[in-house]
Amino acid sequence: MFHDLIGSKSNKVKNFVEHGRVKQFAESIGDLHPIYVDEEYGRKSKYGRNIAPPTYPRVFDFGVLEQVKLPSKGLIHGEQRYIFKRPLFVGEEVYCYTELQNYYEKTGGNGLMGFVVIKRYGEDPEGNLIFTEEMTAIITEAVRKAMKV
Amino acid sequence: MNSLTQIKVGGSLSEVTLPPVSRLDLIKYAGASLDFNPIHTIDEEASKAGLPGVIAHGMWTMGNLAKLFTPYHEIGFMKDYQIRFSGMVFLGDVITLKAVLSEETENAFIFSVRAVNQKEKDVIKGKVVFAKH
Repeated sequence: MFHDLIGSKSNKVKNFVEHGRVKQFAESIGDLHPIYVDEEYGRKSKYGRNIAPPTYPRVFDFGVLEQVKLPSKGLIHGEQRYIFKRPLFVGEEVYCYTELQNYYEKTGGNGLMGFVVIKRYGEDPEGNLIFTEEMTAIITEAVRKAMKV
Repeated sequence: MNSLTQIKVGGSLSEVTLPPVSRLDLIKYAGASLDFNPIHTIDEEASKAGLPGVIAHGMWTMGNLAKLFTPYHEIGFMKDYQIRFSGMVFLGDVITLKAVLSEETENAFIFSVRAVNQKEKDVIKGKVVFAKH
């Protein structure tokens, strides 16, 4: 149902890696390491500053894929992959956007399932890629019926 | 303590076992990640979705698993972190985080990683490429 929209991209959104948000996030995954939260420790580290945990991009606004109406309920998160050129730095600006990378269907024991592959990008202000995030979500037959497609 | 610099291929980083998953853990993660899907926090919504109870955000477990590598930030960073979500995590579950070194190259340590519940069932499973600086 999303075949025609493969390749569509969202607007780019400016995000800021803010110290307090990073601390809150690190705490929520039980990883309050000083490299994330202690400024003095960060200054003395290889990076000369604090970094953010690898799954921190979860909090970014990646823009909206206007035409891709995913169900708000019942999506199953199947896979997740992050690829980094370098860690995210606390205090930096990151420009984020989303692409519908792929959509395919498979018939299995639970009927027809749709696989939505969403790719998200984070770039520095000069347009250099910092990271990508790839998420595969599964739409089950029950949810497809609820979407009336 | 099994440190990244000491282990050989086939060896493991020291495992970490988390305290039993609490609702407050998931409320905190919802607030920190801005993922407010109510199946992770509200019993009635989980029940409406056909679940026996609220389930942890998959990304909460994936976020936790990454901390096995945090102490090694002076050696390298997680260049590639891929996970398949294979089981649900419920309140009270006891999750153990594991990483086994599967290969070492000139530029990276490659780990097979997973989180298992108290029944030794995988809840997430995947791969980490930890690039050397």
